Amino acid sequence: MEEKEQPEKAQTERRDFLAGLGSVIASAIAAAAGAVPPQATAAAKPAVPGYDWTKHRWAFGVDATKCIGCLRCVEACKRENDVPVDAHHFRTWVERYVYLEGEDTARIDSQADPVNIAASGSEGEYRFADRYKDAKVEKAFFVPKLCNQCTHPACVQVCPTGATYKTEDGVVLIDHAYCIGCQICVQACPYGARFFDPRKGVSDKCTWCYHRITKGLQPACVEACPVGARIFGDRNDKQSSISQFIQNNQVQVLKRETGNAPNVFYVGIDKEVS
Amino acid sequence: MEPLFHAAPFSGYVYPNETVIPWTVLIVVYPYLTGLVAGAFTISSLYQVFGFRRLAPVAHFALLISLSCMIAVPLPLLLHLGHPERAFNAMLTPHLTSAFAVFSYAAALYVLLLMLETWFVFRPFIVREAQQREGLVAWFYRVLSLGSYDLSEKAMSYDRKWILALAILGIPGAHGLHGYVGFVFGSLKSREWWSSDLMPAIFLFSAIISGTALVIVLYVLSCKLRRVPVDLACLKGMAYALWGFMMFTLLLEGVEFASLVYRAREGIEVIMEYVKGPLIVPFFILQFGVGSVLPLALITFMIWRGTTGKALVTGVVGSAVLVLLAVLMMRWNVVIGGQEIAKTGKGLLTYQPLIFGREGILAAASVVVVPFVLLLVMIWLLPPWQEGPSPAVSTR
Repeated sequence: MEEKEQPEKAQTERRDFLAGLGSVIASAIAAAAGAVPPQATAAAKPAVPGYDWTKHRWAFGVDATKCIGCLRCVEACKRENDVPVDAHHFRTWVERYVYLEGEDTARIDSQADPVNIAASGSEGEYRFADRYKDAKVEKAFFVPKLCNQCTHPACVQVCPTGATYKTEDGVVLIDHAYCIGCQICVQACPYGARFFDPRKGVSDKCTWCYHRITKGLQPACVEACPVGARIFGDRNDKQSSISQFIQNNQVQVLKRETGNAPNVFYVGIDKEVS
Repeated sequence: MEPLFHAAPFSGYVYPNETVIPWTVLIVVYPYLTGLVAGAFTISSLYQVFGFRRLAPVAHFALLISLSCMIAVPLPLLLHLGHPERAFNAMLTPHLTSAFAVFSYAAALYVLLLMLETWFVFRPFIVREAQQREGLVAWFYRVLSLGSYDLSEKAMSYDRKWILALAILGIPGAHGLHGYVGFVFGSLKSREWWSSDLMPAIFLFSAIISGTALVIVLYVLSCKLRRVPVDLACLKGMAYALWGFMMFTLLLEGVEFASLVYRAREGIEVIMEYVKGPLIVPFFILQFGVGSVLPLALITFMIWRGTTGKALVTGVVGSAVLVLLAVLMMRWNVVIGGQEIAKTGKGLLTYQPLIFGREGILAAASVVVVPFVLLLVMIWLLPPWQEGPSPAVSTR
């Protein structure tokens, strides 16, 4: 999937660098090392026919007041994006915050919690166990999480090869044919959005379903959500659902203090959400 | 078949993806090795550049230790990478905002510098062997001599200038290299445990003490094996160096820890829970108590009492072994500790090291053995022992 999403920009930069080396010797060494992926020498062509990434500015909204924790988004994402089917690798997940009577801090879990995995009976199907049925719940809500496609992504900053990069339309992608699997990007992401795919030996994360959105479709999680808690669209279009969502609500972002400038906008989250 | 990944047990709330700990014991070994490189080079430079003549018996040996450790440095990284065959991507198309990418260039340059300095230091020996030996061995030294057999006073004085220049350049080289490793951790804002401006300095000073300790242990061991007496002045010189640099290391670590706790930013409750629980054995007992306070007290006692002879050798070597343990534990507590405290600030994970497999304890231990095998080969090819004054020694 990712390999189809080869960015023109990153390819061009890579070509420029190699061209800058300029000599037959450098190319020979590179070829001998077998380290230059075929893309670097392929002719330039748009990755997605008819799509101009300079004309879009994608953004994502989450209305936590609507989320019912059904986890269809998580299952849809796993299937759409070939994410390992287990409780330890997720491109998107849902957190549950529960304040019990008399407690000042929330009890937090996600679908990956062992209790919830036991309740579903499978690491491939997810549900939240009814673990607070005997307690007095004061307040409870769900918070869907995914990659924030930050404006200043820490993961991109630290990548030693440039295999992960920011696209012109605002999404952070990973070139799976170029990633060396050092996992420093996994460390650098403050949101825990990245994981190492042990089958492919590379890092992976949510791309807002870049292969879909560049064809005019919605991300799989947005499409699967039965209550409209996930909102996606183009901020360049003032009438788009995401532009309206940001305009009509007082939105928040997660971990603003990191300086990453995330692009997933939340409504209805609480002080404990980070 | 070996499972593809191992999930870490956790308490509290951690992000689902955090349950697979990305950096394992191999990444503990990696800064440990780079630290030994910097530390051993420091001992060599104290002699070559700063004229600490009492360190003459170990100066060339320390250089070989530094080189053999440096050659092994890429091993843990290559073993860890998901695609080691693509490792050179970081140098062919470097991403210049990445500390790792720039680091790979710095490391490569430093290896060249080390090899060049070693070559100049051992050139008289190489030339003599090339001329006196016969057969295959002679050929080896002839190739190593790079065709230069000139050992005249003029040539030797030229060599000395190069050795001094390379040793001077090597100081920022070796120390910058290891400071950089500290920067890789300290610059990550995602983890409170790592995110500290003091991290490069802490890594650097702990590197110097670990390298010094390694030179002490290997020097005494080599004396026993060669059946020559230990040069006590030299040993005491290294013990002084160890003592001084340990003071800095302990101070920096203390200040860093105190400011982390005193600043008490978001997530401090979980950090304190970690400090008071899982950290007691690896940090307070092994790294701080047994590995730092005990050897510091021991060396202080020996300096105060003017201990000498066999007692001095035993005491200094014992302290050095403990320091080597302390620095290994320091790397462990930074690398593993940082990942055991969840990014959520609301949970703790437990890293469970594997025994077998690519990222297991055995693989990591093998990586640690590699520089010593390399060192044995190097000593055999280029004996670093200086019983008499060597012609290639800097006159400073």
